[in-house]
Amino acid sequence: MSAYLGSRVLQMIPTLLGISVLVFLLINMTPGCPAMLMLGEYASPSEVQRLRTIMGLDDPVGVRYFRWLADIITGDWGESYIDRRAVLPALLSRLPATAELVVASMVISAGIGIVVGVISAVHQDSWLDNVVRAVSFLGISMPNFWVGIMLILLLSLHLRLLPASGRYGLGNLVMPAIALGTSGMAVVARMTRSTMLEIVGLDYIRTARAKGISERRVLYKHALRPAMTSILTVMGMLMGFRLGGSVIIETVFAWPGIGRFAYLRMMERDYPMIMGNLLIFATFFCTINLLVDVLYAVVDPRVRYE
Amino acid sequence: MQQRRTDAARDARTEGISRPGFFARLLRKKVAFVGLSMLIVVSLAAICAPWLAPNDPLEQTRPRALESSSRDYLLGTDHLGRCVLSRGIYGARISLMVGMFVVLFRILIGVPAGLVAGFYGGKFDSLIMRVTDVFISFPGILLAIAFMAVWGPGIWNVVMALSVVGWPQYARLVRGEVLSVKEEEFVEAGRALGLSDSQLIFRHLLPNVATVIIVYGTLGLAAPIVSEAALSFLGLGTQPPAVSWGRMLSEGRRYLHVAPGIATFPGLTITITVMAFNLFGDGLRDVLDPRQRH
Repeated sequence: MSAYLGSRVLQMIPTLLGISVLVFLLINMTPGCPAMLMLGEYASPSEVQRLRTIMGLDDPVGVRYFRWLADIITGDWGESYIDRRAVLPALLSRLPATAELVVASMVISAGIGIVVGVISAVHQDSWLDNVVRAVSFLGISMPNFWVGIMLILLLSLHLRLLPASGRYGLGNLVMPAIALGTSGMAVVARMTRSTMLEIVGLDYIRTARAKGISERRVLYKHALRPAMTSILTVMGMLMGFRLGGSVIIETVFAWPGIGRFAYLRMMERDYPMIMGNLLIFATFFCTINLLVDVLYAVVDPRVRYE
Repeated sequence: MQQRRTDAARDARTEGISRPGFFARLLRKKVAFVGLSMLIVVSLAAICAPWLAPNDPLEQTRPRALESSSRDYLLGTDHLGRCVLSRGIYGARISLMVGMFVVLFRILIGVPAGLVAGFYGGKFDSLIMRVTDVFISFPGILLAIAFMAVWGPGIWNVVMALSVVGWPQYARLVRGEVLSVKEEEFVEAGRALGLSDSQLIFRHLLPNVATVIIVYGTLGLAAPIVSEAALSFLGLGTQPPAVSWGRMLSEGRRYLHVAPGIATFPGLTITITVMAFNLFGDGLRDVLDPRQRH
């Protein structure tokens, strides 16, 4: 297991290097020069040239990439063009808010999605099943930012139950977490339903029932556990959508996380912050994929890693 | 003799579309029928917008801003006094256009990459797959936002950004299909006949993976429509005078307390369009590619 873990972590390195190349090229192939951006439009050409020399912008792209990469690895992620703040601490300080939101939305997606999916499978083709299927189709098709706006309209403006923006208490977390979790909930419900339908038809479930085990125990202990492998896969895939979705949902609810920060800094073309942001998101995502693979072994004891 | 066997093998695989009664089978699927009907409605709205829309979507009648439903403006007006219904109808044009062009470009980049990776294997394969790994490591929308921030807003930049971000899925899909198809006898037969690699790839492998591309291309139309709306919602997508549902949503959000309809309506149209593609795509998959049913 630990050997497998080690080799997987090593496998991440080429991907992370590729990510760094893409991020660097994206920012460095853009028109407009960072020195000009930092000095403002009234700077004289000689001032711009001096800053260009200091920043090493006249060096070849390859040299600049490796210098940047060395800085990144040693923890020096540069400073903002806008407010001169150090990039890495600024990003890390906003990570907990996003983690909180993402975890809350995962809990909503998994908790409700799995239960609803099991109920739907047990009552296959009943009216309940049909309602669940129709609602999950709707859930998959609604854009998350619209769900957020409709929640604000209903729960904040009409019923005055929840605050519409900011991060001051648990009440603030409810709406963004639902908005971010809705589509995932629908996907998990569909996946759980179809997997459960396959498993419930298998012989060992009939044996379990014949032994006189209670139906609840048969479903949640004997049938759901093997179904968890595919549910986990889906949850892992959904993480990517969630991280991307957090950019928009955090903007809608003024949630002070790294997603909204990324958006604000992108609007201002704060390139060091943008690069740092992209790196953090991609690293986060790769790590989650790794964790999903490891969780397979926990959930399904048949999975053995060499 | 060998040629005939090749043809037979190909027929067996592409039976989905060429076999007579394909449309009849498709329409017998309730989901596909409902999806197709919804798609026709949305497409007609896009094509016939100038005749369907009761008002000019760009005409501003400031004294009548933020009105609720009336005989002149069935769904009321926005903050500049523009007709919400007419703007909603015109918005279908941008959405469908972006969806179709993005999927087209994703296929044009992703399918050749997947064909080459799957067919040649080895170094080509691992190089292309590592590149797709890198792209897939980013949440797609985040990378698209970064591209838009760097390139600046505009509809063609939206199309390019979303295409660049999304091609790897097609490459991986096609590669997987090619890996299983290329072991079949007809490929060996083609080689024995002395066909060149490009003949084998484009004349014999491509038709065999076409079904999968069609199914996922159809299902894949929904995502860029939502992404375009998201980018426009953030102010990074299409620019006025183009009418985009995402932009309508972000403008309407500011007047939620006085005129909730402005933000509600474009969200509904996005949902309906996305649902139409999902339903139709699901039906198409059930008929063409029953292995993948989930």
